[in-house]
Amino acid sequence: MSGTDAVEDVRRRVAELLAAHDPATTDRLEFLRARYDAGLAWVHFPPGHGGLGYPRELQEVVDAELAAAGAPDNDPQGNFIGLGMAAPTILAYGTEEQKKRYLRPLWTGEEIWCQLFSEPGAGSDLAGLATRAVREGDDWIVNGQKVWTSSAHRADFGILVARTDPDQPKHRGLTYFLCDMHDPGVEVRALRQITGEAEFNEVFLTDVRIPDSQRLGEVGEGWRVATTTLNTERVAIGGTPTPREGGMIGVVAQTWRDNPERRRPELHDELLQLWVESEVARLTGMRLRQKLAAGQAGPEGATTKLTFARLNQALSGLELELLEDEGLCYDDWSFVRPERVNFTGREAGYRYLRSKGNSIEGGTSEILRNIVAERVLGLPAEPRTDKDIPWKELPR
Amino acid sequence: MSELDLLYTEVEEDLRGSVRSLLTDRCPPDAVAAMYDGDRSVVDTLWRAVAGELGLAGLLVPEAQGGSGASAREAAVVLEELGRFVAPVPFLTSSVIATTVLLDSDSELLRQLASGERTAALAVPFSTAPDTVVPVVRADGGRLHGEVGKVAGAIEADVLLVPVVSDDGWTVYATSEATVTPVTSLDMSRQVADVRFDGVAAEPVVTDALQAVRRALRAGAALLASEQYGVASWCLHTTVEYLRQRRQFGRIVGSFQALKHRLADLYAGTESAAAAARYAAAALAADDPDLPVAAAVAQSYCGDLAVRAAEEALQLHGGIGMTWEHPVHLYLKRAKADQIGLGTPGRHRAALAELVDLPA
Ligand SMILES: Cc1cc2nc3c(=O)[nH]c(=O)nc-3n(C[C@H](O)[C@H](O)[C@H](O)COP(=O)(O)OP(=O)(O)OC[C@H]3O[C@@H](n4cnc5c(N)ncnc54)[C@H](O)[C@@H]3O)c2cc1C
Repeated sequence: MSGTDAVEDVRRRVAELLAAHDPATTDRLEFLRARYDAGLAWVHFPPGHGGLGYPRELQEVVDAELAAAGAPDNDPQGNFIGLGMAAPTILAYGTEEQKKRYLRPLWTGEEIWCQLFSEPGAGSDLAGLATRAVREGDDWIVNGQKVWTSSAHRADFGILVARTDPDQPKHRGLTYFLCDMHDPGVEVRALRQITGEAEFNEVFLTDVRIPDSQRLGEVGEGWRVATTTLNTERVAIGGTPTPREGGMIGVVAQTWRDNPERRRPELHDELLQLWVESEVARLTGMRLRQKLAAGQAGPEGATTKLTFARLNQALSGLELELLEDEGLCYDDWSFVRPERVNFTGREAGYRYLRSKGNSIEGGTSEILRNIVAERVLGLPAEPRTDKDIPWKELPR
Repeated sequence: MSELDLLYTEVEEDLRGSVRSLLTDRCPPDAVAAMYDGDRSVVDTLWRAVAGELGLAGLLVPEAQGGSGASAREAAVVLEELGRFVAPVPFLTSSVIATTVLLDSDSELLRQLASGERTAALAVPFSTAPDTVVPVVRADGGRLHGEVGKVAGAIEADVLLVPVVSDDGWTVYATSEATVTPVTSLDMSRQVADVRFDGVAAEPVVTDALQAVRRALRAGAALLASEQYGVASWCLHTTVEYLRQRRQFGRIVGSFQALKHRLADLYAGTESAAAAARYAAAALAADDPDLPVAAAVAQSYCGDLAVRAAEEALQLHGGIGMTWEHPVHLYLKRAKADQIGLGTPGRHRAALAELVDLPA
């Protein structure tokens, strides 16, 4: 089918959906489920799983038409990890039953997801993780501790990596699971962060029982599956299409426009420099998406999140300097549990502090630079001593 | 012109030792963190200990007026340590800035500040750079009217020094009757407040006060650099210690060259901040003609360096750096607020442009 035919087809399906389910009178969830079943949830997903197998860009057509018709959305910010990370991984590695079971409620937001990867002893070195899963009949019994788990307090499921074979070298003894967060062995404790709120958590797993049917990928294949998740995570954090002055640059530019009396030449120059860099980052993302659409997978993807973190931090720091007196203020230190995260939300002080996490979450900027240097540029990796010996013999 | 001494005397090192041991005992990071939740109980006892037990409130006041007749060099050492502990005491705002305003006056208030019996703050926004201070409060028959926003040290002060301009020139009034409204601050360990004067009674304490006010703010800016150096130094050392322990990939994380180079650069920056801060303190102590340049250089450099050190510290701690329970956030918030305090680095560079004849 040619590109224009696909656009026509999508438009026709949107019109049909709207005709059959008038957003003004249809229950929100009912509408979202109907949208999923019409293949209009994520058009690049396969038919039967909320998509039509069309190019990803067509989603913008769908979203715009539905928004114009006043249709409800699926509150993507509220299930960031589910949509950005769990879904693509389930699509890539899930069995047909797993896709059927998990993708629809994930997309509609009926089931919220979190990411149970990092541990106190395994952050950058995720493959070193120590949470154990032991086979018992048709189930796996899981014990261990996860940390920095965003949204665990709201989540129904977690994507979990655990060690199933400690006798293997570390990358080979891992298995990937879909963990029911309502299991009695899952204990979630709030972990307060520098902004005052508790967006992330510690998660203690004690004899958590996971049926083998909730294993994603083969036993021992967990590292490969997790790598898929991490790659999509980095795209999800830094790689969504934005209009000019979208994101942090837009917020700071507005602060500049709203505060003529605070403008100073040295900050003006810095702001314009960051404006240019933000615009170039936007164009780099656009170019990357075009390359992907044309089937030329570009290595620039790995740099997107690096740039995103750097610019968010520089811009939000500049905003406080610009504001001076107001920059000395903070909106609220209360220890609350936010429903969702918005990097550019709240006030300038929050933006400054929250953006510090952008170069840590989803792989630190140092690790991303290593990835660019080694996997994109082909530079040799640092000599490693931990790759070929059994995990249980590694120094810790 | 002989070179100013940028090292520390034995007396200064002893002073550092006693401040550090007091703060180690009485200024734990969790007490500072508790201030963000409204528990300010650490402030009073700590300030009583610093001002009274150690007798530091009168450091800059001559002996004849009840002080210890020390110099800005010693005050700088105290500030280095206060920075290292993000200590929430009004030393900078009362014992340096307010005290310096009063130095040439023979007021009873100066004695009281020196003994720690009373605590004062200069009622200007904390962001004020030394040469940009503009009085906004009016005096009318000994009564003050007006508002000043985001004043540092006002919450801890029992008397405010208020600059006023009239036909007679600049006068500084003292009042204890202002309405002080604390503002939720980025740095709750130096919380700012909005201050209102609704026709409150006040007493003139310094007349012809333009120079006294500027001098006080310049002293504050010159010495704030030592606090910034203290903040940076804590950040560097804490991060180095952590990266010497933390293991990932079967290695000590500090053994990765990418991080070693970052820390080596940060060390160079921190040592440079020490030199700039020390030079500003020495110039202030000697009343050296180079003081305006020294203060502007120290503020332009140390303000940014402390922020960089705190940002690096957070990043290099990884996830734990983003948590409330690790103290690095207290230093980040202090460093960022200090960068704005007493003039941003950009404002100091603008002042420097005039001083060293590099006009825009
Ligand atoms: C806001 C936030 C949300 C998060 N949400 C989640 C979540 O939902 N689920 C989840 O599983 N995890 C989550 N994380 C965890 C995050 O993925 C880890 O913090 C991150 O991978 C770093 O691990 P670490 O904290 O153990 O730091 P470490 O790995 O100990 O790193 C410490 C420092 O050393 C550097 N370093 C490490 N190795 C190297 C190297 N080889 N070369 C150079 N430098 C190196 C790092 O870059 C870092 O600066 C979140 C983190 C944050 C801050």
